[in-house]
Amino acid sequence: MNDMTPDREERSANLKGLGCSRKRVEDARFTQGKGNYVDDIKLPGMLHGDFVRSPYAHARVVSINKDAALELPGVVAVLTAEDLAPLNLHWMPTLAGDKQMVLADGKVLFQGQEVAFVVAKDRYIAADAVELVEVEYEELPVIVDPFEALKTDVVLREDLAGQTEGAHGPRKHHNHIFTWEQGDEATTNQVLDDAEVVAEETMYYHRTHPCPLETCGSVASMDKVNGKLTLYGTFQAPHVVRTVASLLSGIEEHNIRVVSPDIGGGFGNKVGVYPGYVCSIVASIVTGVPVKWVEDRMENLMSTAFARDYWMTGKIAATKDGKITGLHCHVTADHGGFDACADPTKFPAGFMNICTGSYDIPVAYLAVDGVYTNKAPGGVSYRCSFRVTEAVYFIERMIEVLAIELNMDAAELRRINFIKKDQFPYQSALGWEYDSGDYHTAWEKALKTVDYEGLRKEQAERVEAFKRGETRTLMGVGLSFFTEIVGAGPVKNCDILGMGMFDSCEIRIHPTGSAIARLGTISQGQGHATTFAQILASEIGLSADSITIEEGDTDTAPYGLGTYGSRSTPVAGAATAMAGRKIRAKAQMIAAYLLEVHDDDVEWDIDRFVVKGAPERFKTMKEIAYAAYNQAIPGVEPGLEAVSYYDPPNMTYPFGAYVCVMDIDVDTGVPEIRRFYALDDCGTRINPMIIEGQVHGGLTEALAVALGQEIAYDDLGNVKTGTLMDFFLPTAWEVPNYETDHTVTPSPHHPIGAKGVGESPHVGGVPCFSNAVQDAFRAFGLRHTNMPHDHWRIWQTANRLGLHD
Amino acid sequence: MTQKMHIKLTVNGEDKEFLAEPRELLIYALRENLNITGPHVGCETSHCGACTVTLNGKSVKSCTMFVAQANGAEITTIEGIGSPDSLHVLQEAFKEHHGLQCGFCTPGMITRATKLLEENPNPSEEEVRFGMAGNICRCTGYQNIVKSILAAASELNASKEAAQ
Repeated sequence: MNDMTPDREERSANLKGLGCSRKRVEDARFTQGKGNYVDDIKLPGMLHGDFVRSPYAHARVVSINKDAALELPGVVAVLTAEDLAPLNLHWMPTLAGDKQMVLADGKVLFQGQEVAFVVAKDRYIAADAVELVEVEYEELPVIVDPFEALKTDVVLREDLAGQTEGAHGPRKHHNHIFTWEQGDEATTNQVLDDAEVVAEETMYYHRTHPCPLETCGSVASMDKVNGKLTLYGTFQAPHVVRTVASLLSGIEEHNIRVVSPDIGGGFGNKVGVYPGYVCSIVASIVTGVPVKWVEDRMENLMSTAFARDYWMTGKIAATKDGKITGLHCHVTADHGGFDACADPTKFPAGFMNICTGSYDIPVAYLAVDGVYTNKAPGGVSYRCSFRVTEAVYFIERMIEVLAIELNMDAAELRRINFIKKDQFPYQSALGWEYDSGDYHTAWEKALKTVDYEGLRKEQAERVEAFKRGETRTLMGVGLSFFTEIVGAGPVKNCDILGMGMFDSCEIRIHPTGSAIARLGTISQGQGHATTFAQILASEIGLSADSITIEEGDTDTAPYGLGTYGSRSTPVAGAATAMAGRKIRAKAQMIAAYLLEVHDDDVEWDIDRFVVKGAPERFKTMKEIAYAAYNQAIPGVEPGLEAVSYYDPPNMTYPFGAYVCVMDIDVDTGVPEIRRFYALDDCGTRINPMIIEGQVHGGLTEALAVALGQEIAYDDLGNVKTGTLMDFFLPTAWEVPNYETDHTVTPSPHHPIGAKGVGESPHVGGVPCFSNAVQDAFRAFGLRHTNMPHDHWRIWQTANRLGLHD
Repeated sequence: MTQKMHIKLTVNGEDKEFLAEPRELLIYALRENLNITGPHVGCETSHCGACTVTLNGKSVKSCTMFVAQANGAEITTIEGIGSPDSLHVLQEAFKEHHGLQCGFCTPGMITRATKLLEENPNPSEEEVRFGMAGNICRCTGYQNIVKSILAAASELNASKEAAQ
């Protein structure tokens, strides 16, 4: 057998399957400028749409005069709510069970809201015509504070007047959307009353925006001759868009083709359905020619889906020696003018109930109140599974606050409260079943690698030196340990607009032993064409280089719920493996026939079936593929194809341990990240190169959110951060090098044990950066200060603590 | 609409002539008039660098320059850097070191990097980070972009030495 060993290794390596840092197949076109993004699509006779948007955050629309705009040469149409009303398209349903104006119907509820849609021969003419549409507004009182919204007489949503019941139960006030409760309130309160120690804190997780480098857009093309609508666009969930487009327009679903071309980053921003998509469709139906709509950066930041905006109040109970006994969390969630959160239907606050984190907390209670304000709608998962970033930030700050209350080391406090390895599958107090984990091993590995004890010693020395006036910098050690919940999700409790959150893969093996696989997901940079081929290569024994992966065209791809919430690998990746196994099952029958033995007498060996006990007798997958098309095999249909729709039995629960070491200049408020160590456990690792790339990117988006990125409003509802001048996107200059590491704890229920990783670094990264800033000031009495920790706010913190005296 | 101007450009070595309104931005002239869609529109405020081209030997953000200002200029876009049969060292390096994800910033990033390495053939990591700070990437966190550029610099220097 010794002679055979290198041969098997070589065969295995040739597959470029699981665990291989395969180079990306996408990169050839992207590095040569040959990507095909929505704005690259040009169709004959195509017109361009542009929006008249509201300058006011809350106003009545008294009148709209289109005359001057229509007189401009090159202007084809100006659409208003009045034009859309006969088609019943002036409003559209949101993913959260609410409805949203497509074009202002009587009033506007946020600055930048779509008021009229101008269609013209080119985008310059469209932009000129936007200026010529005369809209008369009557200003109304603006409410940007969700707490004030719940007290005021001002009714934001007049269309809902008198409705005391919303999509998620009773409404307590005319600006209240829902209350969502999880866990056991009475017992939690009892535990808090009886506790030896209770730490309380209120924190604001500020509003921000996913801001992918490519903005949102669509090209609609109504072919009136054949009755077919083709819609290209920046869609993270093309099949759902097709279903919604059919329901809204009345065009039968088989007559709609939705295509997501290359997408220039999504991060949650491209999950929802926006008025621009609807207006491009209507305009194409009206004009009979293709219509393109692509928003600019200001429109993207002002009007498409924001993220976060959670006011979170926590109470955590513990014994004097640090064992946590209960957790209470209340959230006031600012949803803006319409509830357009992108969450599974039954979860109006997403998976916020993962807020017990990585800790064995026996009892907990969570209540979330959703509130309308005069801000843009949205509430998407910005590089995270539904509201998990908020949940993890909450618990990781509460742990730090409790550590301060107990005068205990925060690493030690985590250690004594982690769910233990032998407790998995673990039932959390707020209803989740964590699939697998080994938190202590990950934590000890992280602390040892960074020499945690040494860092604390150095930090203490720095504090002393600072007090002696020998330095003006402080040192922060940021810790975070996160548990994600991704891979939504089981159809029994997860759906989007009624569509179960399964996903799919369809495989065709070609006669010469290559293949195409199509999936219901869509890459926005994650490298699906590379990694899904690797999953399949390991399952069916054909090289990943011989497998084409195709996504995003609803005419060819099987129905799927798309890519967000790190669900592609957990759900579509599982479907890929399962479809591959169906291929292999049929291949086994073919191989047995060719080898003239019983089906049970052959066994799988990397890329072939071999006769048991006679390894010299085999048929490779390539040979089997050919036979599937050129031989009449009794009892076996010709061809070699399979499809799998995978309904995951559970979510997956990736986790990780992060440490950030930061030096902060007390006089300028500038933080310098000296070291960032990230240990991720995403279960089985498909492509380590891509995993590391995802970690670098997620951490950088975390750095942005923690250290400066926000969508800020003034009291009149004006967006103060509407361009990249004000909205912080870090450059290469501000970003450190990250150290990545891993442990591997496979998911027990996933076919290949993979858990998903794209969003973990963001989820774990935000509290880690924030904790580092706050930890630097712990010795001077800081308990909590809200993000974003930009230079000005850090300086203010130092000033408030008397460090400039 | 204003009177159109007669515009002449040399783009990727080819002479181009067309009519355009003087207010038209260079990026739109490239993308709409000339069908050169490698450079992208990311912000229209000079911040993101997705539209970066080389114009008369300098890195320029084509989203904040009028096509009228560019009249007569020599322009190189990503389409003029390497070819499918012979990729530029930087294009190979970005592929090799996973220096891209969604690909939207990549044309501008590589176009800028070609100039950076002309300006400074042997940059330190810090110099690469500073020299690339006008190009934003939302996906990679820059670590592998920096790695790609440093690797390309070494390779270019090695082949220069070999040629001498």
